[in-house]
Order: sequence, then C-alpha cells, then structure tokens
Amino acid sequence: MDSAVKDAIDKLAKQIGSSGIEEPLLVGIHTGGVWIAEILHRQMDFREAMGTLDISFYRDDFSRVGLNPQVKASSLSAAIEDRNIILIDDVLYTGRTIRAALNEIFSYGRPASVALGVLIKRTGRELPIQSNFTGMEIDLKTHQQAKLYRDNGKLRLAIDEVNAT
Amino acid sequence: MNPGTDFPVQFDQHGKLRHFLTIQGLSEKTLCEILDIAHSFIDFGKREIKKIPLMRGKTVVNLFFEPSTRTRTTFEMAAKRLSADVVNMNAARMSTTKGESILDTVKTLEAMHTDMFVVRDRASGAAQLIAAHLPDHVRVINAGDGRHEHPTQAMLDMFTIRQHKQDFSRLRIAIVGDILHSRVARSQIHALNILGAREIRVIGPRTLIPTDIETMGVVYVNNMQDGLKDIDVIIMLRIQRERMDGQLIPSEQEYFNRYGLTDETLAFAKPDAMVMHPGPINRGLEISSSVADGNRSVILEQVTNGIAVRMSIMAHLMGGQEK
Repeated sequence: MDSAVKDAIDKLAKQIGSSGIEEPLLVGIHTGGVWIAEILHRQMDFREAMGTLDISFYRDDFSRVGLNPQVKASSLSAAIEDRNIILIDDVLYTGRTIRAALNEIFSYGRPASVALGVLIKRTGRELPIQSNFTGMEIDLKTHQQAKLYRDNGKLRLAIDEVNAT
Repeated sequence: MNPGTDFPVQFDQHGKLRHFLTIQGLSEKTLCEILDIAHSFIDFGKREIKKIPLMRGKTVVNLFFEPSTRTRTTFEMAAKRLSADVVNMNAARMSTTKGESILDTVKTLEAMHTDMFVVRDRASGAAQLIAAHLPDHVRVINAGDGRHEHPTQAMLDMFTIRQHKQDFSRLRIAIVGDILHSRVARSQIHALNILGAREIRVIGPRTLIPTDIETMGVVYVNNMQDGLKDIDVIIMLRIQRERMDGQLIPSEQEYFNRYGLTDETLAFAKPDAMVMHPGPINRGLEISSSVADGNRSVILEQVTNGIAVRMSIMAHLMGGQEK
C-alpha cells in the first residue's frame, strides 16, 4: 500500500474509533469504498460483517450515461432499521454518489443515523454534503481526478488528468 | 448479421438498441448485458422498498390488443419497480372498436407524452409498425406480435436456463409442441443460437412444424423418445385448443399420448433435465400435472424472473439516450 494511503486509512480509523458512535454498521460503496471499508473492518473491532452498496440504480445521470453492465449486488447484511451507519467511500467529490447512496440506504429501511467517512476529500462539491471522517484533503482542478487503484491487493492513489467532456 | 440493415427500426443511428422488437439480429453481448443487469434486479423484490428511481417521471403505456395476464402484469410490475407511471389499455374497451386505427390510437397516446409503449397484437409486425411511426425519444417493446416474436419471454427463459445450467455451449435444448404458431419458440430459437447453445431440437407433429425449420439452425425430431435423448432443458409450448379442429391434430388424447410430457416421457431426458413452459399451461394436454408441479419444473420461477428481466430491458432502452 502506498504510504500516503496507509496514513490516511489510519487517520480515518482513529477518527471513527474516537467518535463514540455506538455499535456502528460499516457500509462501503463500490468499488473503492468497499476496499477501504474492508481494511477498516479488519483493523477495527466491528461485531458484524460490513455491508456494501452499488449505487448504479440510483445515479442521477442514468438517462445520459445508462447502466454499467458490471453492476455489483448491494448487500446490507444486517437489518439497518434504527442502526448507526458509517458509510465509507474512497473520494468525496461532487457529493452525487453520496446522495445516491443515501437514497439506496433508505430503500432498505430507516437507520438511526448515517455518518460519512472518506479516504480523500477533494474540492468540487455540487451538493451540500460533507464528510464526518476524512483521511486526507486535496485541492484539485476540474480536469484532475483523484482515483484509487488496487493492483494485486495493494492500494495506490493517483491524480490523473482527464479530458473535459 | 448486420443489425443496421436487417432491422433498422430497432436501432438508433449509433447502433444502440432503441426498441425491443425481435431477438433476431441482436448480439451476444447485448443479450448477456440484459441478463447480467436482470441478475442484479432479482434481489429488489425482497427489499423493504421495491422501487428504484431509474424511470421516475416516465410514462409507460401497456397497449394490449390481445388478452394476457402474466405478461401484462409482470410488465406493469417491472415498470412500477423502476418508478415509472403505468397506464394499462385493454383492446376490448378501446377506441379501435370504434374504428380508430392502431396508429391513430398510438399517436393519440403519444400526444399525452408517453415515453414507452409495451405492445401486444395478433398481427405479426405490429410493434415494428408502431415503432416506425413514433418520434425518436419514444421506446417500443414487443410483448408478442402474431406468430412473429415474443422477445421478452425468450429473454426470461434464457435467464432461467442460465440460472440453473450456466454455460449454454454445453446444453442440448428441446422445444416441444406447436412450433408453427408459436412466437415464443421463434424468439427462443434465435436467442439460443445467439448464446451458442450446443443443440436445439424441435419436437412435435409435422403439421405443427414450419417446413423450413432446419434453416433456423435446429434439428427436427418427430417423437419424444428420440427427441428427448441427452436433453438438458425441455421447453413445452402451449397447445391452443382452437387448433384442435382435427386439421392439425387428430385429438387431444392422441396428442397427449404422443407428445405430452409425463413422468414416463420425462425419463427419456437427462436425469437433471429442467422443465419449462411459458404458460398458461393446459394440464393433461401438453403436460401432466405431476410434471408441471414436480421438482424439475421451473415454471413459476420463469414468472418471477419475468419481472427482473423486463426491468432490465426497460432500463436498457431508457438509459444513455441523451448523448
């Protein structure tokens, strides 16, 4: 794992650990968020299996871009009714993914609370959504993209240049 | 096969599927994408809230000029689970009985800003005709047109087969009954060929088999004993009682004795062969109750899968169009 990523995950774990949230249920968003949540789940003392979410069916750009045929199944192992959920994603950018994830969570039931933990908080928010726990913060231009890769189980963070669409 | 020239109306100018009218001319990739997405819709039926917002604010009209229970109902549920608004139109009560043509009816409904039509009609090519006369942004799904095709039924059958048997290239499939009048069989044969099934056999009296059936890539066998040998999947077709006038089939009893699926004839197939039927079934005519309700039958699973598969097809047509 690249050391910046490792430090960010440790920081995230520490913040979650000292948050005082009672019996939290960890939920990772596909795909990068699941990688981070898996590591947190191993490092920290959670009583039950983590859940995963694929927000493809809740995206607000479906009529423009369509569905990705590689949609993963969402699995929320435990009943989420009245639970304290900690939602984990790799990058917080526009906030639209989190908006979609919240909608999906509420289609399973009514949690007591939802907190958000992200590995990277970058500039460019388009919705009033912020993280409760943050691994690192980066200033990026709109043509730059922070992306997490996993090669042979090792996580690596890259800042890529993207063509304006 | 070049989809652009054979069924131009089904695709847009970029080759993207715009309507779902026929299986013929679709690629293996398209069929697999529809099956994969359907797979991820299966779990939604078990959620607290069975809806997802993919078609929120869209209007779907179910336009059925022929009676139907399961197809119309599963299309309605599929559209509602995608959060669309659904209007059901039944032929008997419609203005076509007052002399209005199908196209006038469709254009009237289109003027009310319908986004998608699901069409069933006794005339082959009806859905295609409608699709050709609608503006670009309106989608049409063929829910059965005459003897031509019933493509969504074939897709849910492929889905059910894949759930149980995975790899099509290893499978021998037999379709039994009235192939001549069956739009379901035609769509299934196209789909099985595209997905690379090892062998497709059709079984039935010669009078109910199209004369040029071999050109569709299938083998014809006239009896159950030879026809079901080494078969993995048995698809029974519904025999329509109106064909029982003695022209094509001598009598119900004679048909059941020769081509009915019973515990005895089922034994000709592989021990783990699965039994399918698009419904509604005629017990004691094409299939015995003990087989239809037995542990090899997946007939009710087919109905359940119909919702997820139709959701997938609707989502496939609606997504990614504003480029």
